[in-house]
Amino acid sequence: MRRYVAKRVLHALFIMWLVATTVFIGLRSMPGGPVRTMLGQEATPQAVAQLRSQLGLDEPLYIQYADWMTDLLFLEFGTSITSSQSVREVVLGAAPKTFSIAIVAIVVGLAVAIPAGIISATHKREPIDYIATIAAFLGVSMPAFFVGILLALVFGVWYNLLPVVGYTPLSAGFLPWLESVILPGIAVGLPYAAIIMRMMRSSLLEVLDEQYMRTARAKGVTGRTRLFKHALQNALIPVITVAGIQLALVLVGSVTVELVFGIQGLGRILVSSILDLDYPVTQAVILLIAGVMVFTNLVVDLAYTVIDPRIRYGGENG
Amino acid sequence: MNDEPPNARSNPDHERTRNAETDGGLDPGIGRNSPSEPEPTETPPFGEPMDVPPEYRQEESVVEHRSLRSRIVRGLREDKLALFGAVVVVGFVLVAVFAPYVAPYDPGATFGFMQSPDSYSQADVDGDGSIERVWHPLGTDSFGYDVLSRIIFGARVSLAVALATVLVAFTIGTAIGLAAGFYGGWIDSVLMRYVDFQWAFPEIILGVAIIAFAGGRGVENVVIAIGIAYIDDFARLIRGEVLSLREEEYVTAARAIGMSNRRIMTKEILPNAVAPLIVQATLMIPLAILAEAGLSFLGLGVSPTTPTWGLLLSDGRQFISRAWWISVMPGIAIMVVVLAFNTLGDGLRDIFDVSDSEVEQR
Repeated sequence: MRRYVAKRVLHALFIMWLVATTVFIGLRSMPGGPVRTMLGQEATPQAVAQLRSQLGLDEPLYIQYADWMTDLLFLEFGTSITSSQSVREVVLGAAPKTFSIAIVAIVVGLAVAIPAGIISATHKREPIDYIATIAAFLGVSMPAFFVGILLALVFGVWYNLLPVVGYTPLSAGFLPWLESVILPGIAVGLPYAAIIMRMMRSSLLEVLDEQYMRTARAKGVTGRTRLFKHALQNALIPVITVAGIQLALVLVGSVTVELVFGIQGLGRILVSSILDLDYPVTQAVILLIAGVMVFTNLVVDLAYTVIDPRIRYGGENG
Repeated sequence: MNDEPPNARSNPDHERTRNAETDGGLDPGIGRNSPSEPEPTETPPFGEPMDVPPEYRQEESVVEHRSLRSRIVRGLREDKLALFGAVVVVGFVLVAVFAPYVAPYDPGATFGFMQSPDSYSQADVDGDGSIERVWHPLGTDSFGYDVLSRIIFGARVSLAVALATVLVAFTIGTAIGLAAGFYGGWIDSVLMRYVDFQWAFPEIILGVAIIAFAGGRGVENVVIAIGIAYIDDFARLIRGEVLSLREEEYVTAARAIGMSNRRIMTKEILPNAVAPLIVQATLMIPLAILAEAGLSFLGLGVSPTTPTWGLLLSDGRQFISRAWWISVMPGIAIMVVVLAFNTLGDGLRDIFDVSDSEVEQR
């Protein structure tokens, strides 16, 4: 068990190293190099040399690489080229907005998907199952930003119930914060819910069909206990896997949906940094998102040890 | 797909029994060999040569090929939802291919601004100097373009990019997966590390990174950017197929008669992995459509002026309070085509009886 945890943590660190190295190589293999791209073809040699030394690009590659890695360890990403703010400030200013949307989306997604999946599986081939299945089919077919536009249209424009532009920080109070992120959160959460619900349904149906469920029934365990104690624990394992994999969908969704609601989050600064050729910001955002993905995958892996006894007791080969 | 492995040999009668079994949900899938299925004719008795004369194989491949197609046709006839998906997909593809003939107006022609759906405007469309009354079934956008015409032309780019993306991922992924499964060793390790690595990147973020480092937008960059994200899905699928197939008797037989590794891979293993590959590709196309729409929506798509569904949706979002149809109509187009591909893909999975674990659900 401890060995399993150590293995997963080391693996996560290895992936982060791989990601950082790839970004390092990617940046330096750009056609003409980042400096040329940033300054344009007409830049004077002096300006190019100055920016190169400012970015440390005139050093030998191995020194650049060592610098890059140490900077990353201390989360030091340099200065934004367009705003002359430090990259860390820029990113830390934007990240809470995107992550607020993502967190609301995860909560909404799980709160909708798991009950819906359970109801759908326990009422197989009844009208409610068909309704849930059709809704899930629609959900997986809509990009989050389109759901966002529909929500903004209905709740913001037609009924004027909720704000559809801007973000209120959590420090201004929980309710104003929630008001500003609930629509984007739902927009990202619904497609997420659709996928998890489908998994929940099929996984629970499979478990309900197992021998031990029949045994439980035979020995007189009541329906509710059977469902919640015997079936759900096993049915949830693949659901957690999918919920973990699909966090990518949540992050991508949050990054796009914030544009619908005029929230200046990671998506906005990522896109503008690419269009403005502000590479320090671009690489910081990409590394941050990759880091979040690696971290959440690690958490999902570790969550297995709590939920799946097979890993808890025999985790050597996990 | 030209040659079939010796033990996939089938005559029309045999084919019928196989299909009859499918209806009972027993068949493991066409073109794939199930050890549990009793097929006494397939294992050549001892002493007989295991090789099959080439002229024989030619015939078999025709039968097998036809049966794959007829299986799809028969399956679609039974699965109405999948049939609906197939019809919509074909419809969209035809509309995209014949866009100039189908679209009511030129996508660059301008009319009145932000006219609501089912409205009329006055314009000289046919260029004869006289003003006609023109109908806008889906309204016009903030530039005065006809929304329906833009969506129809947008279908070309959106669908073409999605198909090209899946084709790139399919080709590279299949090659890598074959090599990894067949040779194992370092190729396999590199593949698995790459799969791990890719987990760290949501597809659009990987796309954004590639577009940033490749120095700009453009069709090729978008195709590469999204395509790279799907390589591992195909590679893992094929790798799994190879691992399960390479211990099969006919592969051992092929090796015994001295077939080269490359021939075994392309002639023996690949044809048996066709069904899951088709299903996987069908289920990846809608993801590619969504990813392309996402990139376009972020403003990092093909180009800022070429109409794609994501870009049309994005262009309209600031006018949502005055002209909702500008964004909503392309959004519905995305939704319908993605839904159609999903129902078709799910249907094909049932028809071929490909298990969920083989085809990655995303």
